[in-house]
Amino acid sequence: MRYLPKSDAERKEMLATLGMDSIERLYAHLPKEVLLDRPLSIAPGKSEYEIIDWFRARGDENAVGYACFLGAGAYYHYRPVMCDVVVSRGEFLTSYTPYQAEMAQGTLTTIFEFQTMICQLTGMDVANASMYDGSSAIPEAAMMAMRITGRHKVLVARTVHPEYRAVLATYAKYQGVPVAEIAYDPETGKLDLDDLAAKLDAQTAAVIIQSPNFFGCLEDTAKIAALAHSKGALLVFSFAEAVSLGLLEPPHEADIVVGEMQSFAHPPSYGGPYAGIVATKEKYMRQLPGRLAGETKDSAGNRAFCLTLSTREQHIRREKATSNICTNQALIALMATVFMSVYGKQGLRELAVQNLSKAHYLAGGLPLRFSGPFFNEFAVSTNGKSPEAVNEALLSQKIVGGLPLGKYYPELSGCLLLCATEMSRREQMDKVKGAIL
Amino acid sequence: MPGKTRNHISQNEALLFEMSSPGKKGYQLPDLDVPVVDAAAVLGTENTREEITDFPEVSEVEVIRHFTRLSTWNYGIDLGLFPLGSCTMKYNPRVNETVARTEGLAWAHPYQPESLSQGALKIAVELEQALAEITGMDAVTLQPAAGAHGELTGVLLIRALLESRGNPRKKIIIPDSAHGTNPATAALAGYGVANLKSNDKGLVDVEALAKLVDEDTAALMVTNPNTIGVFEEDIVKVTSLMHSKGALVYMDGANMNALVGITRPGDFGIDVMHLNLHKTFSTPHGGGGPGAGAVAVKAHLEPFLPIPRVVRIGEMLRLDENRPQSIGRVRAFLGNYGVLIRALAYIMAHGGPGLRNATLDALLNANYIRKALEPYFDLPYTNPSMHECVFSDDRQAAKGVKTMDIAKRLIDYGFHPYTVAFPLIVHGALMIEPTETESKAELDAFIEAMIAIAKEVESDASFVLKAPYHTRTPRVDETTAARKPVLRWKPQPAVNKAAD
Repeated sequence: MRYLPKSDAERKEMLATLGMDSIERLYAHLPKEVLLDRPLSIAPGKSEYEIIDWFRARGDENAVGYACFLGAGAYYHYRPVMCDVVVSRGEFLTSYTPYQAEMAQGTLTTIFEFQTMICQLTGMDVANASMYDGSSAIPEAAMMAMRITGRHKVLVARTVHPEYRAVLATYAKYQGVPVAEIAYDPETGKLDLDDLAAKLDAQTAAVIIQSPNFFGCLEDTAKIAALAHSKGALLVFSFAEAVSLGLLEPPHEADIVVGEMQSFAHPPSYGGPYAGIVATKEKYMRQLPGRLAGETKDSAGNRAFCLTLSTREQHIRREKATSNICTNQALIALMATVFMSVYGKQGLRELAVQNLSKAHYLAGGLPLRFSGPFFNEFAVSTNGKSPEAVNEALLSQKIVGGLPLGKYYPELSGCLLLCATEMSRREQMDKVKGAIL
Repeated sequence: MPGKTRNHISQNEALLFEMSSPGKKGYQLPDLDVPVVDAAAVLGTENTREEITDFPEVSEVEVIRHFTRLSTWNYGIDLGLFPLGSCTMKYNPRVNETVARTEGLAWAHPYQPESLSQGALKIAVELEQALAEITGMDAVTLQPAAGAHGELTGVLLIRALLESRGNPRKKIIIPDSAHGTNPATAALAGYGVANLKSNDKGLVDVEALAKLVDEDTAALMVTNPNTIGVFEEDIVKVTSLMHSKGALVYMDGANMNALVGITRPGDFGIDVMHLNLHKTFSTPHGGGGPGAGAVAVKAHLEPFLPIPRVVRIGEMLRLDENRPQSIGRVRAFLGNYGVLIRALAYIMAHGGPGLRNATLDALLNANYIRKALEPYFDLPYTNPSMHECVFSDDRQAAKGVKTMDIAKRLIDYGFHPYTVAFPLIVHGALMIEPTETESKAELDAFIEAMIAIAKEVESDASFVLKAPYHTRTPRVDETTAARKPVLRWKPQPAVNKAAD
């Protein structure tokens, strides 16, 4: 087999040093009752060519050659060629978590750069090396807020991604953490400040919002922060569309920022792998979950990097750790780092402006459901037609339309969530408009 | 054959921020085909930023050189043996990277219509079936993003099942040899941790376990083979004992590479387990992820699996969210899907019989190393090894050289270190897992290096203490890093011209 670099003669030679005449002897000490007495029922090994062919056939059963106006936590953005070039280097692709700093300075340096750029984008002081994704970063932030405040209740805006809220609910349910949802203003599509004020109390550890929110609208972060802080709660700010950070004012007022980096170089890939982040103020640094790279010196006095503050982590603190996270999403974070380097300060802004412009072109003339300012996504009323019927009509034009919102918000069953990015073309957007109007 | 290492030149490399200069560009966007929108006008000035302060501005050429140079400061499986115990650092076939980038898969949106996702769903189903067959379990969820995430999912499943029976119970028993993620996970799922001391063979002490397990015990979390690389010989007794008390058994599948095709956890009484697809099934570790932590369960836990489940309705595969007993979601969408593609490609390449052959070679390699190094290093537990062998630094520590020092010296010989100082039941552990994808020549070079170090410790221990000598970066000061954390780059304060 091509992945096993030994000849039978070498196997025999190695077995001989062990005093064994057959390779089966290696597990002869296992209890007989546990041994599998038949071959695994999996087809025999296939060639590279057959494997590529099989997956290509599966890909062709999916939506190939369609324009797509879905966002909702997974965004279509152009991926600079450089991103795959860098992550395809075996020294990055096939390396391990950089515990041995002397032979992992490459990974450690890029993590340090990633952490720095996340801080610059979010306005926070420290950021970790990555979390699994945007959704699982939310409960991690909630638990962090509970540790910091010593409180045990969590408020989450209904405008946070429904699947992110579902993940929070799973984590919270089994820890006995009460989670209440904050309503949105049916006019603006933004969090309802009065509902927040009514639900905040002295046991609220965190208020969790997303901006741009699930409807694409910008939340009033400063006002929400002021309300939360007035009751001693922390503000957890999350984002699902990282490109928005190129243009939007960073959430300085937040205490913890979590988010999803998929937009920076990873294709939607049917939901993963993506990369989450957690960033915070310096004073909460020691409550961060996950890995952190820090700057130090080597014994020759040169700048060097290593993983640090590991006394927060599971391999040292075991059941008292800040999180159980171990493996994270390093290579996806590296892709994002390359993406951020390629675009740079000007490019991220220009990219964000293109997204904003395309989305506003698409929205032009359509019956918008909400009045709040939006970035590259928005909810639209489908003009008396069912959202599903609009999508069906678009499919015949090789266009995947928007996300019908009724599944997650029954009161919005007549609405579609549409997203446009720099990859959306004007003529396709015109077709989408045509199907709705 | 010459040894592996040789001194070579190396440059310094500035950080991106330090090579930045205003106006440099590494990108060009197409011209907009729609009118440009004034951000401040539509979003409000209070919502828009002037610029991303201090964000780098570099050219395309600098980007490729920067990351390529940094990559040469790394070590990876592509460069040689990576003997980290418990981490299963095996060769990552490149065809898996190719298929994960198949257009119809990489660009599939998780919310695109099911009718246009049949290929994506078929891959998920094929992988679930293969993993169920390999583990001897009844159902698999692919949603967890990594091993620890799988552990959490598994323990929540246990909690949900016990709750449905009327009492979630209070504690989880964990052997002292376990990975740190096990107790951290139990705590995260709201359970107390009862520590089980291993017996003198480093195995689960069945008598001690019998005393510890009571009506408050929800489960035992066991790793098999355990972290000293030894198969739990009493595993059937252990699982029966737990079941007789109404408790479940969780298996940490980190060491599944020792078992594939030989024995199946489902056949020795395991109720629920996770698989690290980035270990056993060879998806690249990528410097710390992405992984995938598929969880396999017996039928009694199946109703509680995370939503959505991929189900077949007629000719169509669909995502089913209507599962009233489900623990809910543990992650958005379907999981680390691109990693799942790679794992299935790996399974297809080996096939059923091939997977078993890979296991046998993994056992052969570990035992070959153990045999060769036994005369030089202390072997605290002598029962037969499976896929890894664990030595202690006792002999070298007598000369003042600890496992970490030996590890650092090993770098000079051109190898990534083994796992250092774990498991905790071995004093000064050297935990070595070669995996099946190493040639005899590579193993011999590693053995030669380890023996040479053992001899250096005898002849000049102080020399070993200052290793590594041949790396670009000599020993890194981790203590100062933790004491005075610098976790991000900041611009140097402006130089005071007047003072100059």
